[in-house]
Amino acid sequence: MSTLNIINKSPFEKRTLDQCLKRIGEGDSVLLIEDAAICAVAGTAYAEQLIAASKQSKLYVLQPDLQARGFAEAALLDSMEQVDYEGFVNLVVTHDRVHSWL
Amino acid sequence: MEDDEYQEGGEIKKFLYVNRRLPHGTAYAIESLETVLIGAAFDQDVSMLFIDDGVYQLKKEQAPDCIDFKNFSKTYRALEMYDVEKLYVERESLEERGLTTDDLLVVVELIPGSEVKALVDQQDVILSF
Repeated sequence: MSTLNIINKSPFEKRTLDQCLKRIGEGDSVLLIEDAAICAVAGTAYAEQLIAASKQSKLYVLQPDLQARGFAEAALLDSMEQVDYEGFVNLVVTHDRVHSWL
Repeated sequence: MEDDEYQEGGEIKKFLYVNRRLPHGTAYAIESLETVLIGAAFDQDVSMLFIDDGVYQLKKEQAPDCIDFKNFSKTYRALEMYDVEKLYVERESLEERGLTTDDLLVVVELIPGSEVKALVDQQDVILSF
């Protein structure tokens, strides 16, 4: 059973990324959107935690949100996959449920 | 006839309401509770999970009238009347805050953090507050 977990706040401001990551597992996915997109970039303080999570879960970032914040050309974490709006919709329909960690 | 119509539109889904915030600083807790009651009114299969600061929503002896807010904490004790009987609290969240089930308004099922995923996996819809 798979859950698409959506995070929309910077982990430097809110703890939703951390709260989510410690409660998900095999088959689940995390999609970083809006301000959360910034932690898809390599070299942040959250890189290690995300790399650990990627052993069990798939990680995605919404590309327009990354680009909007000046990270279109930035090096991302190896396990991070970029999606566009169509990809976002595909993720929603290919998972059993969505959990938006607002 | 009316029964048939009801059956047609009457699909029952499993809803999990995830509560993660303190009760009176924002409106999330009261809005979650209102949404839970709507779900129950439509005969849906409703569960509530309290994690992180959400465990404070169930704390006994709340007196928000002191700060001019409504005391909706009593509503949690009435949930049973609406057939909302599955209340889960994450053990680690409670322990981190120095609380035990004795501090809570209602009887809950205490689950370890490692079982949260299994609970989520059973659901059709997740609403997070």
